[in-house]
Amino acid sequence: MSAALLVAALRDPASVAGLSGAQWNALIAAARAERLIGTLAFRLEGVAVPPAVRPILADARFDAAREAQTALWEADRAAAALAPLAIPVILLKGTAYAAAGLLAAPLSPALGRFIGDLDILVPRDALDAVEAALLDAGWEWVKPDPYDDAYYRQWMHELPPLIHRDRDRMIDVHHTILPLTARPKPDIAAMIAASIALPGGLRILSLEHRVCHAAAHLLADGDLAGGLRNLWDIHCLCSASGAAQEDFTLSLMEEAARHDLAAPVARALRLAHHLYGTPVKAYSAPISLDLRLRPSDRLFLTRLLARDGWGRETHKALRQLFYVRSHLLRMPPPMLARHLLTKWRKGHRPG
Amino acid sequence: MKHRIALTIGPASFRIGAAWRAPVARLAALYHDYPAPPGGIADFTVRLDPVRPWRRYIRPSIHITGDHGLADAAPMALAHGLLAAEMGMNLQMALGWRRHLLLHAACVEKDGRALLMTGESGSGKSTLAAMLGERGWRFMGDEFALLDPATGAVHAFPRLISLKNSAIAAMEAQVADAARFGPLLRGTAKGDIRHLRPRADAIARMDRPATPALLLFPRYGQPVDIRPVDPGECFMRLTQASTNYTALGEAGFDCLSRFVQTIPAQAIDFPDGNSALALVDDLWNALR
Repeated sequence: MSAALLVAALRDPASVAGLSGAQWNALIAAARAERLIGTLAFRLEGVAVPPAVRPILADARFDAAREAQTALWEADRAAAALAPLAIPVILLKGTAYAAAGLLAAPLSPALGRFIGDLDILVPRDALDAVEAALLDAGWEWVKPDPYDDAYYRQWMHELPPLIHRDRDRMIDVHHTILPLTARPKPDIAAMIAASIALPGGLRILSLEHRVCHAAAHLLADGDLAGGLRNLWDIHCLCSASGAAQEDFTLSLMEEAARHDLAAPVARALRLAHHLYGTPVKAYSAPISLDLRLRPSDRLFLTRLLARDGWGRETHKALRQLFYVRSHLLRMPPPMLARHLLTKWRKGHRPG
Repeated sequence: MKHRIALTIGPASFRIGAAWRAPVARLAALYHDYPAPPGGIADFTVRLDPVRPWRRYIRPSIHITGDHGLADAAPMALAHGLLAAEMGMNLQMALGWRRHLLLHAACVEKDGRALLMTGESGSGKSTLAAMLGERGWRFMGDEFALLDPATGAVHAFPRLISLKNSAIAAMEAQVADAARFGPLLRGTAKGDIRHLRPRADAIARMDRPATPALLLFPRYGQPVDIRPVDPGECFMRLTQASTNYTALGEAGFDCLSRFVQTIPAQAIDFPDGNSALALVDDLWNALR
């Protein structure tokens, strides 16, 4: 039940008033396990919390600020390495939110957000040049396995990950937002064309496309690991000042349909609306967006909240089911069978 | 979790949950005098989980994790459960603590002034701190010394002392109270280990910081030698001996710079405990 505590605290910070010591322990353990402790710390800034909680949240804010600084520096280094190519370089996910200059805005997804790797998007025909430029600037391969390397290059939406030899930070170079084997086929050229220039030469996706990407990543690709965090991003993006305009939901759904992502975006909105109270409007015309939960949404909610008061994963069978689903989304069954057989022979075991 | 305990060590507090009763019972006995976390709210969660569900019952095997964990943590035998809990607490501190600069060092205090000893496992710092702790010094910790970036003071983290191999018999001969010892853990990754609870005064005064006065780099098993260590070398060695130097950013750099520029440092080699005690006495008395 601790993941539910976390959702309640993020949705309504005042709800933490009156939590017992045991409930605080559960809330903090869940927030750390979901890598939302920094987000929680910013949400609870200015809210009365027990004295023992204050330094824990202060530490989390300190870590988040340093992480954002490190992420922006890494983006700056990548920009410098790629500048001679004169191609659009688009920041994705955490670094994009931080770079969007929204660090100070209320309810920005950047506030306290955990940022792992640097994710960038470049035009596919520039991939070879980008790879060469990054290797030249000190990034190195980390996937020594030839099967993995070939798999990435043939079927994935990104190059095999690279790590910088001095700074030890990973970069994922995307050329589209979903694996090539996934059923939806987003029009990535249109997304790149609609991207927004930031001061300093880097770019970010348009607000609608940031939501599309977050929803695709959450619901049309992975196994929902880190799902509460991804859904919080979607909640914040949809609540942002630019999204407050009357017709944002309409233009979002229009873009989602154009990029083959209407179903995952609609589900993301239903889940975010249900869990976080995201202010999206239901429509029946000109498009239809029904925010009432569907029966299958219950499975997603259970999976998203599968975390106990000690930060442990619960609902093991359901987690396994979503793990299998993530593979089915990525690959047609014959290809999946071949892939699993290869991986099994190499000694890989899931979970 | 079914079996649990919560305790405060210096400025940090932990709640530890385990799938088995035995490790928690050991902790409860040895940490009897340590206070519970304020308001019942702990800084860190430590978990001792079975590595696989069935390994709770069949050939029990512990996976150490918690708020912070390592992907490649080696599984531990249930017989070493107390050690697993100690490692679990260390892991949370090493990866998660931000309120002080963490130095991998043993620390003792006299008259409000602290002696820090840093070095690899096996350098003798733990044993030396334990011996000094029985000889009029206040034991402040044998694993982490916590430097306050704001004041430069060192804070105590007086966990159980982890005695290894020959140090076990040496301390058994010096500590009369058998209740202060944990069980003898044979055949751990670092050989035999036996935990020793610090003296009551070290626990009662664990929230009192001290002013750093001397830094030593001990080395056990060598002929007696003393060599001053200049601030530059100290700085480099301590960045490597700190688990959160990078995470603290500028505050960590400032804190460590000030430390190495104001605290004298010596490397000391010694063949046995008594010569180490004599060296410490000489160097400490020469400070005034």
